[in-house]
Formats: sequence, structure tokens, C-alpha cells
Amino acid sequence: MEMTVNDAISAALAEEMRREPTVLIFGEGVATKRPDLLGEFGATRVRNTPLAEGIIAGTAVGAAAMGLRPVVDLLFVPFLCYAMDEIVNSAGKLRYMSGGQFSFPMVVLAMTGTGWGVGAQHNHNLEAWFVHAPGLKVVMPSTAADFKGLLKSAIRDDNPVLFFTDLALGYTAGSVPDGDEAIPLGSAAIRREGGDVTLVSYAKTVHTCVAAAEALAERGVEAEVIDLRTLKPLDEGAILRSVAKTGRLVVVHEASGMCGVGAEIAALVAGKAFHHLRAPIVRLTGPDAPAPSSFALEQAFVPQADDIVTAVEGILEDRAAPVG
Amino acid sequence: MRANTLIQAYERMALIRAYENTVVSLAGQHRLPGTCTSIGQEASAVGVVSALSSDDLILTNHRSAGHLLARGADPARMLAEVMGKSGGYCGGKSGSLHISSKELGVVLTSTIVGGELSLVTGVALARTMLGQAGVVACFFGDGAACQGRFHESLNLAAVWKLPILYVCENNQWQAFVHRQETMLADGVVGHAAGHGIGGSRVDGMDVEAVREAAEHAISRIRETGAPHLLEVMTYRLRGHFEPDDQAYVDPAELARWRARDPLVLLRRRLIESGMADEADLDRIDVEVGVRLDRAVGVADASPYPERRELTSDVYA
Repeated sequence: MEMTVNDAISAALAEEMRREPTVLIFGEGVATKRPDLLGEFGATRVRNTPLAEGIIAGTAVGAAAMGLRPVVDLLFVPFLCYAMDEIVNSAGKLRYMSGGQFSFPMVVLAMTGTGWGVGAQHNHNLEAWFVHAPGLKVVMPSTAADFKGLLKSAIRDDNPVLFFTDLALGYTAGSVPDGDEAIPLGSAAIRREGGDVTLVSYAKTVHTCVAAAEALAERGVEAEVIDLRTLKPLDEGAILRSVAKTGRLVVVHEASGMCGVGAEIAALVAGKAFHHLRAPIVRLTGPDAPAPSSFALEQAFVPQADDIVTAVEGILEDRAAPVG
Repeated sequence: MRANTLIQAYERMALIRAYENTVVSLAGQHRLPGTCTSIGQEASAVGVVSALSSDDLILTNHRSAGHLLARGADPARMLAEVMGKSGGYCGGKSGSLHISSKELGVVLTSTIVGGELSLVTGVALARTMLGQAGVVACFFGDGAACQGRFHESLNLAAVWKLPILYVCENNQWQAFVHRQETMLADGVVGHAAGHGIGGSRVDGMDVEAVREAAEHAISRIRETGAPHLLEVMTYRLRGHFEPDDQAYVDPAELARWRARDPLVLLRRRLIESGMADEADLDRIDVEVGVRLDRAVGVADASPYPERRELTSDVYA
């Protein structure tokens, strides 16, 4: 059935709370904003909290270690800076540091990304920080169906999962299969097949890549669009298989470039698919600047479909150049 | 406290002291990394932990040896952990600063000052929601009480009515800074009232007083379900992290607290009350020493972890 991303998230939460009595959700305004969950599951499992991200996250870590499966809503990704100790030092490390005595089945929800014009302290794509930290998984879907299916898997996973919603996608609708379908973490999706160039992206910019691929198709260039869906674990096979076919790679994301996810993918392809490459790898990312609130600047911040088309045309020119 | 309970307390405190002295000595010989000792805080650990029941849980911090040993931890497995051996409580992946032991109910140790305060609320929430009885004791220092998490934790525990015994071991030192430099109040117990929970303070060098205060606090928590803040006034008799020459410590202050060494005070009380004589207590000291020597041997003999353990238990 057709539903928005926000509704898909709500549906996943309700289904998993129905399925597993140890799942609970808390955070600032969670009970206020989710009356359906509160009504069905009660105030013990659906809780408002003080505005204090550190203790919200820490409480989730402690509860997860002792047998619950908490989902916490920390609202916006930059707010996670207040919870870094709990997420990185506790959730990510205490399984290892305890010699495997504890596991931390918990999900941290937060929104990020351009589209709301509220500036850099609500919008900061920090996903690479968490990809870099051991013990954590990171999910950033792009479609309603994936939001539902991946959130279900995240809640069932025995590891801490950062589940980030690109806020511009919240009200976009898509077809979501009925039923209890969970989509496994660590598996990318091919959004469009093509043999001339591979476009790798995640979250909102997947749709930008699809738009660029359609524009390129009109010019006779077939782009393959890979939606990573999960940044950690990373579906290396899907990326390498596509580059082996196309010989060209453009990575697109809204987060800034240095030490970003795109750098990791570029290194992966350079290391494991170098002999397939027919052109330099291109990264299209947000700039090394805080996200602006002005709509005009915000649009300039985000990689646009035209930028992708131009980048692809740039590396296609190399098609004529001799290889080796 | 009855004679046998008090003698047991002496034995446990002597074990903690001997363990810490052993660690200091081995660190001095470079046989294990430096560490944070709990010397001077033995009465706090034994007084509080002996007041807990076996289904109560403990969260602790980097200065945790006393809490673990008071709970019945095996000094050989602790030493093996500090040495980075596979026979340690955490397979050598914790070291001295973050030992936890699920089987002992000592869970989720954090060496990030205040880290345990952020985790204890979740531990108590899980127990409450899963219908498990018991109090969760959380040990932290006066340094952690200067972190924001202290207030976040007390506030949430108060609002959600979580059965937590917050134990601030006020040992007067926050790493290399005296607490008088970092707080105007003479301690932290005053914050309890601000968060609407019960608070009490006790002489942390007197194990009977600590035990009595802890029992009182725990029975209040069991009755009401609400948290309580117990401030134990104690002193860190050695430096922050071994080796440490304590050159920054006022010698007069150190001498004053050394005169109130919890083992010295307890020894005197046992003898003066006729509960034990010198020979009884000397015998305990010798037995504890023998036990520690054996523990060092066991820990030494434990193998280092296999190389494959480098990346095991990162993910569940």
C-alpha cells in the first residue's frame, strides 16, 4: 500500500512492539507525538523524557544490556553530539570491552539533511562519524518500503543501530508491501540498471541520482544507480559488481567529502576494482561548511541532478582515451 | 554489627588493600600497566556492597577493585584481566579500568567519568519493566558529580521512580585537582534535595557507619521504589593513577586522613571491643597475603588472548 516515510516508520514501530514485548520507545515528545503507540502499548513502553540526549541514550544502553530492546528518538542528528559518550564509548565498545558479556540491541532514531531551512544545528549529516566507530551499524534509507523494512531489521538486530531519516523524505510517499517483511541490513538496492556509469548514493540523493540517470538516458548514457541503504555494514559486493560492469564511478552524498562515506567507497573501488576503472572516480558531496538555513544557499549546498549529469559527462569524455 | 560480620568486613577490606598493594607493586615492576587504586576507600566498598542482596546489581567506575572484591570477585581473575590475560573477567579486553562481571552482578563499568551514571537508569528501568526485584547501586566519585550526566541521571531516576542507590564516594580528589577547587559546596549530598530524592551522608572511613547508612538507604528504596543519594566521605590515600608520587597533595591533609585509615580504625575497634585480638587479625592479614600470592601465580600462568580475539565480540 501507498504510505509516507513517516507512516512507514510508525508502522514498523507498531508491528515490532506488537511482535516483541521487550521493545519500548522513548525520547523527547515521543509519547506526545505518537498517541497511537501510546494508546496501544501504554505509558510504560512509550515514554516522554526530559530534553537530555545524553541520559536518553545512556538509558537505552543500560536497558539494552539488561534485556530490553529500546528505540530512542533523539530528534536531530546534531543533537547526538550530546550523546556521543553513550553511543560511541558505551553502546559501541562495552560488548568488546566486557569480553562479549553484554549485547546492546537498541536503535537511535534521528533526522537530518537539508530541506527544512533550520540551519546547521538541526541539519548536519554526521553518518560517517558513526560508520567510523566500532560496534555500531548505520542505516539511511531512501524509500518508504525500505524505511519500514530496515527499521524492523534494526529493531531485531542485537547491535546498536543508528537509523537516520533524511528529513526531506519524511512526507514522500511510496509503495510499501503489506505484511511483516523485514529487509536485511547490509544489502544495497539497484534503483536503475545501466552499463555506462555507476552512481552510488544513499538517502535523499538517491532520488537525485535517479533523476540524473533519467536525464542521461535521454542523451544515450545508461547510468546504474545503487542505493546503499545501509552504510555499515556496507554492501561492497554490489558496488564492485556494478563498477566491474561500468568502469566508471560517481559517489554522491549530501555530507561533506573529507573522510566521508564517499571516500571509503572510492578507496574500496580503487583497491579492489582498479583494473576495471576507465576513468577517475568522482565524488559529489556537500561542501566543508555548516549547512546554511537560507533556502538559496541550502540548495547550493546539496548535490543537484545537473551536477551529476555534468560530472558523468566529464568522465565519459575519457571514454575515448586509451587505457593503460 | 555483630562480631563475625565485622570480622568478615575486616577480612574483605584487608583483601582489597592487599590486592591494591599487589597491583601497585606489580605496576612498579612493569609487570602490568598502571592503574587507579581504591586504597583508602575499602570501608565504602565493603560497607555498601555488604548491605546489598545477591539479586541487587552494581555499576562502577575506574576505581572499582574494592567493589568487585567486596562482591566476591576472584582476585586471580581480576589480576589476569589487569595483565591482559585470557583468564581475566573480560578476556583481557578490559584491563583494570572497566572490569565487569555479569555473573557477579557488576555490570557496565565505565571509565568515562560519569559514564556509569548515564547507564544506571537503563539498568534499573529494565529490571523494573521485566518485573525483577532489586536495587541497582551506582558508584561514582565527586568528580563525576561535576558532570552534567550526574544531574540528568538523578533527575530521570527521580521522575521515573527508579530503584537506584547512587553512591558518591567523595574521596576529595578529582584526578589531580582537589574538589575544593571545583565545587563551592562541601560535598554533593545537597543535590539530592534539588532533585526531590532522599539523600544522606556518612563517614566513609567507618565501615559500620557506611553499612548502616547503606542499609537504611536501601530499605527506603525497597519501600518506595524511588532513588536515593548516599554520599560517602572518604579519601584517596594514593595518587590518581599509579605510579603517582602525590607531590601535589598537602602532606598535613594526607597525614590527617592516614590517621583515619579505615583498616586501622576497624582493627582498633575490633581489638578494643574484644571481638578479636591482634593475633586473630594478623592471621587474617597473612591469609590474605597468601591468597594474593597464589592469585598472582594463577594470573601469571594464564595465557594471553589468541590473536583472533582482536576482532571478536565487536558485534553480536
